[in-house]
Amino acid sequence: MSKFLEVTNLNVTFPTQDGEVRASNEVSYSVDLGETLAIVGESGSGKSVSNLAVMGLHNPTRTKITGSAVLNLANGPVDVISASAETVRRLRGKAMSMIFQDPMSALHPFFTIGDQIAEGWHLYNKGSKKDGIKKATEMLEIVGIPDASSRVHDYPHQFSGGMRQRAMIAMALVNNPSLLIADEPTTALDVTVQSQILKLLKDLQKEFNMAIILITHDLGVVAEVADRICVMYGGRIVENGTVDDIFYRPEHPYTLGLLNSVPRISDGQSHRLRAIPGQPPSLISLPSGCAFQPRCEYSSKVTSGACNSTVPSLSDKGSGHLSRCHLDVADLNNLVKDKA
Amino acid sequence: MTENILELNNLTKFFPAKAGGIFSRAKGEVRAVDGVSLTVARGETVGLVGESGCGKTTVGRTVMKLYEPTSGQIVFDGQDITNLKRKEMKPIRSKMQMIFQDPFSSLNPRHTVGTIISSSYTIHDIEPEGGVEHSVRELLTLVGLNPEHINRFPHEFSGGQRQRIGIARSLALKPKLIVADEPVSALDVSIQAQVINLLDDLQKELGLSYLFVAHDLSIVQHISDRVVVMYLGKVMEMAPTRELFANPRHPYTKALLSAVPVADPKMGRSRERIILQGDLPSPVNPPSGCVFNTRCWKAQDICRTAVPETIQVTPLQTVACHFPEV
Repeated sequence: MSKFLEVTNLNVTFPTQDGEVRASNEVSYSVDLGETLAIVGESGSGKSVSNLAVMGLHNPTRTKITGSAVLNLANGPVDVISASAETVRRLRGKAMSMIFQDPMSALHPFFTIGDQIAEGWHLYNKGSKKDGIKKATEMLEIVGIPDASSRVHDYPHQFSGGMRQRAMIAMALVNNPSLLIADEPTTALDVTVQSQILKLLKDLQKEFNMAIILITHDLGVVAEVADRICVMYGGRIVENGTVDDIFYRPEHPYTLGLLNSVPRISDGQSHRLRAIPGQPPSLISLPSGCAFQPRCEYSSKVTSGACNSTVPSLSDKGSGHLSRCHLDVADLNNLVKDKA
Repeated sequence: MTENILELNNLTKFFPAKAGGIFSRAKGEVRAVDGVSLTVARGETVGLVGESGCGKTTVGRTVMKLYEPTSGQIVFDGQDITNLKRKEMKPIRSKMQMIFQDPFSSLNPRHTVGTIISSSYTIHDIEPEGGVEHSVRELLTLVGLNPEHINRFPHEFSGGQRQRIGIARSLALKPKLIVADEPVSALDVSIQAQVINLLDDLQKELGLSYLFVAHDLSIVQHISDRVVVMYLGKVMEMAPTRELFANPRHPYTKALLSAVPVADPKMGRSRERIILQGDLPSPVNPPSGCVFNTRCWKAQDICRTAVPETIQVTPLQTVACHFPEV
């Protein structure tokens, strides 16, 4: 059975003054209706770029994209990478939709919230301006804006940060899309508002049976909402598995390091944080071999020296849990045990 | 020598809120900090947490006298600095330094790292032991940077490295107190841990005191000895870290803690969450009575009319609530 969105071997490169940036390198993932896939990585890991390609939002004259991203729609599959710009435009908003990190810069300050939500609705539906506002009011009610019928005439500056993000979600969902890509949807928000928004996304997903791709750097957010997780590093997926796979049985040293470097509320404060030494690599000059090798504390244990020379393949070590490391999982687990 | 390096007594800072236009008149005031009292002991780290707009940054900046306090008292190292003039503040500033949130805007892009760090010496007209360059190199080594990079410019460094430069600058004059305003929130997760460890090490090595302003509770829990929770300009609860996280007494603290996403899926699924309704009210027009009453699930009539007294629930834990948790 094919899933709703299947991204296969997606490469995205852009030329810059300093050289070619390979922001997404042989990236493959899939997500089904009703499922939440989280893409986790630090800044510059390429987590947003591959999804912008799925939405067709890259500059076509500058960006080179290869690979495929197939949407399995009711009336047949469409590869949005090879499809014409016009075809993708007709899918945007209706089949797939996106919300961004900063709700203030993503909303137009000169138009009312209602107008901006109705704009997308008018693209795919016949109706008067009044119908559009009615639909916008309905959407604002769904995303939990109190007193929606009067707030629909407000401008973005009259909304608080959390309300703006709700308005963005209303705008993205106005045509009932099957896929919602949320790029750091709660990073700009306070924790108490963040938990409201995450709950809202979960509830809406159940109600409309949406596929959600959540792009984030926050492992806490991921643990709360994701079904599957892709961990990205240096433009590549380094690990792909279910939430429990990633959090309780991590198979890549980077994932392990990431999990160890976040302080947790639950444990005592006495111990020192186990930071990952060094910095994330630049996508212009990736290290040869495994991109994580310069920061990896286990690379010396790979006797063949392959870490310096060959990029490890993303291999399935059983049950659909993929990881990109030269070390054997059993060996890695033993090394971790020895350290502890 | 007093026991506390810093004492704030009933500190308030109001900003005039202006109506638009050129001939605007003040139409009210933003009560950014409204009666905050707290202490920082020598060698202690006090975490100041709250959501955006709660006044935590204003407290930090008022302590540094970057803002003039509206009323209240600031006692630093046994000296009342509340009403000191700019000139009188100068010698004191060398003993209290600040680390800023954004490592990109807090360093002058036209100055080399050496100039940035040594500016502290120039301003205070100090000739450090062994010469300026020697000291700057030592500082760079201390914060984990290569001393050979003294002539590089900020853009040649990554975010985490720039934050280290900011830390080196703040350490140049051997301060006693460092006000760190969200020092790691602009950094990547794997880099955050490096900077937190650095701050920990420096504290042990140099006996620093930190007033650590942050919104990320897991980081505050990790680094602080005591935590102060603020909401809309007021202190809601104050307690040693362990007590606060194990046994929050204020409903707001409880809600805040339950809202933090935990990087542990099984725990996340099983725990009970309190989701607060609505947003932070405006500090121009705060709710009457307890400022938290509009979002509190325990609010009664008294909460809307009377401002709760700060009560001592244990010798070290205080809470401002009519109906604290038990």
